Amino acid sequence: MRQYFQPEIECAAPEEIIKLQSERLVDTVRRVYDTVPYYRKKMDEKGVTPDDIKSREDLHKLPFLTKDDLREAYPYGLLAAPLADCVRIHSTSGTTGKRVVAFYTQHDIDLWDDCCARALVAAGATTEDVVHVAYGYGLFTGGMGINGGAHRVGCLTLPMSSGNTERQIQFMCDLGSTILCCTPSYAEYLAETIEEMGLRDEIKLKAGIFGAEAWSEEMRGRLQEKLGIQAYDIYGLTEIIGPGVSFECSEQAGMHVNEDHFIPEIINPETGEVLPDGEKGELVFTCISKDAFPLLRYRTRDICVLTRGECGCGRTLVKMAKPMGRSDDMLIIRGVNVFPSQIETVLIGCGFSGNYQIVVDRVHHTDTLEVLVELNPEMFTDTVKQIEARERDLREKLKNMLGISAKVTLKAPKSIARSEGKAVRIIDKRKI
Amino acid sequence: MTVEQISVFVENRQGKLVEVLETLSANNIDLRALCIADTADFGILRLIVNKPEEAVRVLQQAECATSVTQVLAVSLDDTPGSLARVLRILADAAISVEYLYAFVAHGKDKAYVILRVEDNEKAAAVLTKKGISFADSKDIYTM
Repeated sequence: MRQYFQPEIECAAPEEIIKLQSERLVDTVRRVYDTVPYYRKKMDEKGVTPDDIKSREDLHKLPFLTKDDLREAYPYGLLAAPLADCVRIHSTSGTTGKRVVAFYTQHDIDLWDDCCARALVAAGATTEDVVHVAYGYGLFTGGMGINGGAHRVGCLTLPMSSGNTERQIQFMCDLGSTILCCTPSYAEYLAETIEEMGLRDEIKLKAGIFGAEAWSEEMRGRLQEKLGIQAYDIYGLTEIIGPGVSFECSEQAGMHVNEDHFIPEIINPETGEVLPDGEKGELVFTCISKDAFPLLRYRTRDICVLTRGECGCGRTLVKMAKPMGRSDDMLIIRGVNVFPSQIETVLIGCGFSGNYQIVVDRVHHTDTLEVLVELNPEMFTDTVKQIEARERDLREKLKNMLGISAKVTLKAPKSIARSEGKAVRIIDKRKI
Repeated sequence: MTVEQISVFVENRQGKLVEVLETLSANNIDLRALCIADTADFGILRLIVNKPEEAVRVLQQAECATSVTQVLAVSLDDTPGSLARVLRILADAAISVEYLYAFVAHGKDKAYVILRVEDNEKAAAVLTKKGISFADSKDIYTM
């Protein structure tokens, strides 16, 4: 079986990658400076010219781009190729504010397909596989991105898009889907529904590629068990390209960044200083091979860690950890940083469902944190004391993990709305 | 001796309890007895019904968290002191009662007490020895 899609890149010697990155970076910086007034202005303001960027070593000299820049430059201000050369746009889901649009030339789509193909092959995809894409198709990058990768590998691709769960499961059974691609929360919903319909033995899934939202190791364990698959993470963002910026391999321990196209950096989110490998900070990407939308030093707001060194899978591409939260998802409650992923880890560790909501409010000038979680039907008994003991155990473990106390409210099973796209996990009612 | 009691998790919000009861009535399930244990956030509705298996099935279809417990159904004369006598026997045997609830049957001069204890067999043995009788499930369901 094929292990890598593009071994010449995926397993290249690190110095070859650095050389390639340097060449591509120098060209991209020159091009955007010459053709995009927005970049020219930002670089001029920082006193940097394309001549200052001679190699990857000089990357830190460039100014950062943030989501605010994208909004300000909306829609064409950061376009670096003639519009006539562009063949598609995608747009962010708008969960964190105004939409952002990204442009693609055919060259951009091709390299994106390669990135997704690498992810699929790393998850075991071959031409024999039936790839079931239950990410949304449309402006959202998930569906079409993975679709392109699956075509590139030569898999039979089912462009299911999201929603209509029973039809999803029927196709899964009838057409023998082997690789499921969707958000992890939707995968969980599918798994539960498959179980309820008693169709666990009818499905032939062997792997799942789940991304576009945060998920925990505990959730991986449950998905693997319930669906009988290996579950792999995939990372990406529309601003950079979409899914496939990085992907997990058979080691299931961090995602390999497609460094030939995207240079990752970790910075201190407060100071902007570049941090060494292994340190936790905000992830920043620079696109070095895209035509239309080659963002330079784009701040993702994702908090994570980069690690280098040869991976058990044989790839040499740098690995990024699963993001530990987003600097804009991070809640500051009574002065303490709280990431929803921490809460999820505790919930699942205590045997609760992964479907939860976090409600933050401010009452009498004090922040309150409430965690609403669905009772797992198996936990339910006829006596109050047993359920209260569960509740107490959860409260204590949350306090240990977060350092602040939370109110726990048990909800009936399936009473918290499940989304077929990104789950709404946080309700912040504070008016500050 | 024992009957099936169905417990249902009910969120402490307006309209939640009635949803459960409407699910049962829509399926023509008759209640024999019920009690609710409540906390600030949720309640546990405990039910004795005429068709327990069917009740569990329809409640689960309606996505209610349910559990089934075997509870003792003691049959008593509906006279002062009958229940006290039962509880005295249990207390003297150091058997704790988790909860109980009682109901009377039409025109039978009988009262029934649903008793939830840790060990049904042990409690039943102690009570039987002292001449206390039990209703069997058929009596209760077809009452």
